[in-house]
Parts: sequence; structure tokens; C-alpha cells
Amino acid sequence: MPVILATDLIIFFLVGAILYFVIASRKEGTLKSVRRELGKNRLAFACMVFLAFYVSVALLDSVRYRDAVIGDDGASAISEDGGVIYSPEALSLLDRMLSGMRTRTEKTYSAPFATHSYAKESMEGPDGGIVRDYPPLKYPGKHWLGTDRVGNDVLFTALKGIRTGVVIGAGTTIVIIPFAIFFGVVAGFYGGFIDDAVQYVYTTLSSIPGVLLIVAFMLLFGSSGYQGGLVSEGHIIWRAFVLNDRLFWLCVILGITSWTDLCRLIRGETLKLRELEYVQASRAFGIGRLSIIYRHIVPNVMHLVLITFVLQFSGLVLAEAILSYIGIGVGPEMGSWGNMINTARLELSREPVVWWNLLAAFAAMFALVLPANIFGDAVRDALDPRLRYR
Amino acid sequence: MLTYIIRRILYAIPIVIGVNLLTAVLFFYVNTPDDMARKILGEKNVTTAQVENWKRDHGYNLPVFFNGPEEGTAKLTETIFFKKSLPLLWFDFGRSDRNNIDIGGEIKTRMWPSLAISLPMFTFGLVLDLFLAMMLAYYRGTYLDLWGVVLAVVMMSVSTLFYIIGGQFLLGKVLKLFPISGFDTGMDSVKFLVLPVVIGVLSSLGVGVRFYRTVFLEEINKDYVRTARAKGLSEGAVLFKHALKNAMIPVLTNVVVSIPFLFYGSLIMERFFAIPGLGNFTIDAIQAQDFAIVRSMVYLGSILYIVGLILTDISYTLVDPRVRFE
Repeated sequence: MPVILATDLIIFFLVGAILYFVIASRKEGTLKSVRRELGKNRLAFACMVFLAFYVSVALLDSVRYRDAVIGDDGASAISEDGGVIYSPEALSLLDRMLSGMRTRTEKTYSAPFATHSYAKESMEGPDGGIVRDYPPLKYPGKHWLGTDRVGNDVLFTALKGIRTGVVIGAGTTIVIIPFAIFFGVVAGFYGGFIDDAVQYVYTTLSSIPGVLLIVAFMLLFGSSGYQGGLVSEGHIIWRAFVLNDRLFWLCVILGITSWTDLCRLIRGETLKLRELEYVQASRAFGIGRLSIIYRHIVPNVMHLVLITFVLQFSGLVLAEAILSYIGIGVGPEMGSWGNMINTARLELSREPVVWWNLLAAFAAMFALVLPANIFGDAVRDALDPRLRYR
Repeated sequence: MLTYIIRRILYAIPIVIGVNLLTAVLFFYVNTPDDMARKILGEKNVTTAQVENWKRDHGYNLPVFFNGPEEGTAKLTETIFFKKSLPLLWFDFGRSDRNNIDIGGEIKTRMWPSLAISLPMFTFGLVLDLFLAMMLAYYRGTYLDLWGVVLAVVMMSVSTLFYIIGGQFLLGKVLKLFPISGFDTGMDSVKFLVLPVVIGVLSSLGVGVRFYRTVFLEEINKDYVRTARAKGLSEGAVLFKHALKNAMIPVLTNVVVSIPFLFYGSLIMERFFAIPGLGNFTIDAIQAQDFAIVRSMVYLGSILYIVGLILTDISYTLVDPRVRFE
């Protein structure tokens, strides 16, 4: 039984958009020159490979389905009204591929590659007496990054955080693209009262400090609906779709606080494009305003969308960690680096120090943000070097 | 000049009113006083009578924008918006929902610890950012510049939380140079402030240096700089006498707008270092779901931002003769 979360659509959209760019860049045009430019930049290419790995893990973690509950007789259990009962746990392809990692849990902390537990315990010795010693792990040497307080494999938790990071980084911009393009183009193209109104709205929105607006929204909307973790029947609409994903709301809210920059850029660009000769010419030929916008304006502001998308990505991934730390990020059931840091923040003051949880979360985040930063700069330079100084 | 300032302030008024309306809609319409009362009284086992009592005690038992049954102007004044949201315009923040504390008084006492940490962080950070950026721009194209930029990109890719947690662990716990967290008044506070300030400066260094470096480089590549070089001026004189002055204009945009925010402190830093400032106050309110405080802080933050924008515009007219008072 497939389960589709609202945020899965973001990942599907992202993958679709990447495939579109790859295919479209084979033809002549701006995209081809961008591709050639990026191909020359070896560092950017290496970063692209890294990012592709992250996106594919996120994709694997976004295709999920629920298994039928197996009854005592070996066949799938049937409910009273004749339907097959499905387990509330929607496991993704990633969960299934790494089911070894997922199920091999220990009692509590263990260091990377450790064979014995982190804390001493009273055990029955071979001669029957009670001795205090480090108990052997159930799966010695199998946890490459150790285990956390409840004994889950840290490497697996870190991998599960990838999807959240990619969703936040990409989803926020994807959610705002339609609004930013619409309002930016309309304000820039029509000018006058409409322009004033749009400018007023985004000045007002952007004068509220981003973090606080997010806090306010999350306090108001974030606490209801599906929070991650087990899926109950009440969350599912149209048989497979789970709408009220807290992560999705976080994307929307981060989008509301960050759409103003993109909108402002697009408005400025539209103001400039409006006066260019080819737009004047199509006007002189009597082509309607809407088709001018559709044919000449929108395609020529798309590079700004792409640049904003790649440049915002890394900042948003970092923001997720901070929001989860304050307690208004993704739900506690959701695997994310912010949640990992939040639960592990006091572990450095333990004795002996438990460092692997924090380090794994920070390293996973760093390995996404650094390539994203470098790749973003490369894309911007290839598309519009003038933007560098903004 | 004076008319320009007045006009600039008048222009800000609709935005302030817009922010006020937006917060009112968010906090009173989307999240009704009933929801608030339930959250504060505990989600379960709350009777309607208790909710009504709570609303009456805290002044939420009125319609939001329009009170139909009242007479004359009371239709508008006997509303939550008029009693709770409009007073924010003259900085009357009212009382908190949970502990009934005076929010305005709390802000006044708590802004000083915030300032004590954010002012040195801002000053040292700016000086260090500008200094390093200038150095990279001076040695542009060399290995120093290349590795400087690489380091800056690496530094900005590391989470702020890492700087804080790592810094507390390394400097506070292992090397025992400073107390890990806490706050004191007077001169005793210095030893508590060093660690957050160092970490704060470090965590924003990457972004700052890279940004200011591009600003300087853009200025260095302009025609008048080439002219100055052609006249035979030394590189130092070209950079520091000619380019620096003009590069200060984009720097100013970045800097002035954040000055009012210094009162506001930093949510994360204050939390980690247990500094009793406004940031900590806000996070406490978030976690206690005290909407009156969150609403006040949202509003205060917006006002500070708008003040920052006005100051930026005014400072532009002071330093850039090309900007006219139109």
C-alpha cells in the first residue's frame, strides 16, 4: 500500500526538474552554455556528484509503502469488513535497503566500531558471581558511527536526515516560485497601483524578523496533523496521500519569510525587460499583455529563480537545524540533523564523552552544505555574474 | 534634509500598521483566544466555563475587530485589536498570558544583557571582517586570497550550532579558559561574555569576509581606481584612500540596518550561554506558548528593522552625494 507524503511531492518535483534540466541542456541555448560552463569547472562538477548522491538518497527515502499485516496463519490479516490490514509503519525503499542497520539496535550508547557497550553493567560472570564490566554488544563492530542513547545506529539516523535536509532546502524555494514569479512579474510589468500594492506587501512581510515569523506560524499551525512517524488511518486521504506533514508546513512558512528576495529580484528584472526592444516590438505588433508576459518576460526571469534556488539551499538546510533546536522545526518523530543535535546537545558533558552523535550530524550537514555553496556559486557565475555583488 | 527624514518616517507608518494588523490577524483570528486559553490551561479536561473565566481575566473576551452590540465609537474600541494590538504602537506591551508579568518592564531590564553580548560581538566582528576582507582584496589573485576564500566558504558551511557546541566544549570544558555559560552584572560579566563573543564572531566570519571581499573587489575594478593607479599612486594609497571610501557605501547598508537589532540579542547564543536577554525571553515564551510575549517580540523586532531601514536611508544621504532627497 503506497503512502505519499506532501513532502514526497517536493522531492519528486526536484528530481523531475533536475532531469528536465539535464535533457533540455542537450539542446542549444542558455542551458547548454551553462552546462558547458559547469563542465569546465571541475570543482563544481565534483560538488554536483555529491549533491546527486544526496538527492538520490532523498528519493529512495521518499518512495514508501506499507506492508500488509501478516496474521498467525501466514496469510495477510483481513479486517472485519473484508479489507486487508496494513501496518501503520510506512517503510521507504531506503529503510528496506538498509533494514540491517535499521533493526540492529543496541541497548544504549556504543562508540563507533565498538565491540562492547559504553557503560559498565552488573552481569552474571561465568562462575555465577556478579561482576561489573562492559557488556558485549549484540552486533559488535557493525555500527560504523556508533549508536545513540536508545541504541539506534547513528549512521542510519544520519542518512535518514538527508531527506529532511533536501526537502527543506529545495521545498521552500519550490513552494514560493509560483508566488514570487506571479507577483514579481505583475508588479514589474503593470507598474502603478499594482506595483505599489505588491511592494507594500513584501516590505511589510520582510520587516518582520524571519525567525519570529516562522516561530509564530509554527506555534499556530505546526502542532496539528501528521508529525512524522507512524501513519494512522485518520491522516490518509484519497487512500494514499498524507497532506498535513509538519515538514511541509515548515517549507511553506520558510517560503513565506523568504519569497520577498526573489520577488524583488524578479520585479527589478521585469522592469528592465519591459523596456527592451523585443518587448516593445511585440507590443507594437499588437500582441496581448498576457502572451508577452508568458513568452518574453517569464522565460527571461527564470535564471533568477534558478540562482535563488541554488543559493538559498544551503542556508535553509542550516536553518532547519536551528529551528529544530528551538523546538519548532520538523516533528520529533522525523529523522533530521536538527533533531539529532537537539537530543545529543548534552552528550559532550557526559563522562566519557559521547561525541559521535553530534559529529555525525554536523558532518552530514557539512557534506551537504559545502557542495551546495560551491555549486550555487558556480551556477550563479555561469548564469549571471552580475548578481555576485548583490 | 529634515523634510526627507520626515517623509521617510511617514512612509514607514503604513508598514508599521501593516505589521500590527498582520500580527493581530495571526494571533487573534487564526489562533483564537479560545485556543490560547486551552493551551495555557492544559489541553485536556478544560471546561468552557474555565476558558471563559481565563478570557475575562486576561481581557480576551471581546470580538477581534468589531463589536456590534456596543454604541458609537465603542464598536471599535471595545475590541481585542484596540485593547491589545493597537497599544503596541506606543510601546504598551501589556501583560503576559501565563505569569501576568509586565512585558514592557521585562523588555527594559532584559535588553541590557542582550546589548552586553551583541554590541561587542557586532563591533569586533565587523572590524575583523573588514580587516580580513581588505587583506584578501589587497592580495587578490595570490594563494593567500585563494585559500582565504576557500576557508571562508568552508567556515560558512558549518552550522552555527557546531561553533557554539564545539566552542563551549573546547574552550570551556577542555581548556577551561572561560566559564561555559552564565551571566553576572557589572565587571564580573566580562568573563562570561568572552566565550559567546568569540564564538559569535567566528561563526559569522566566513559570510562576512566573503561578502566584504566581493564588495572591495568590485570597487577595485572600477575606472576611477585605474585612473588613480595610472597617475602613479601607490597601491596602498589607491586602496585605502580612493577605493575604501566608496566601498563603505554597500558596507553601510549591511551594517546600519542591523544596529537597532543589537537590542534584540540573539535567540540561539543567549540560550546556549544562559544570558538573561531578550532572545532567551523569547525562547522561553515560545516553549511556554505565551502568545502575548511572542506577539510583542514579533512586533518589536519589526519596528527595530524599520528603524534600521530608515537609518540606512539617512546614512546614505550623508555619505553618498549622488543620492538626492527625492
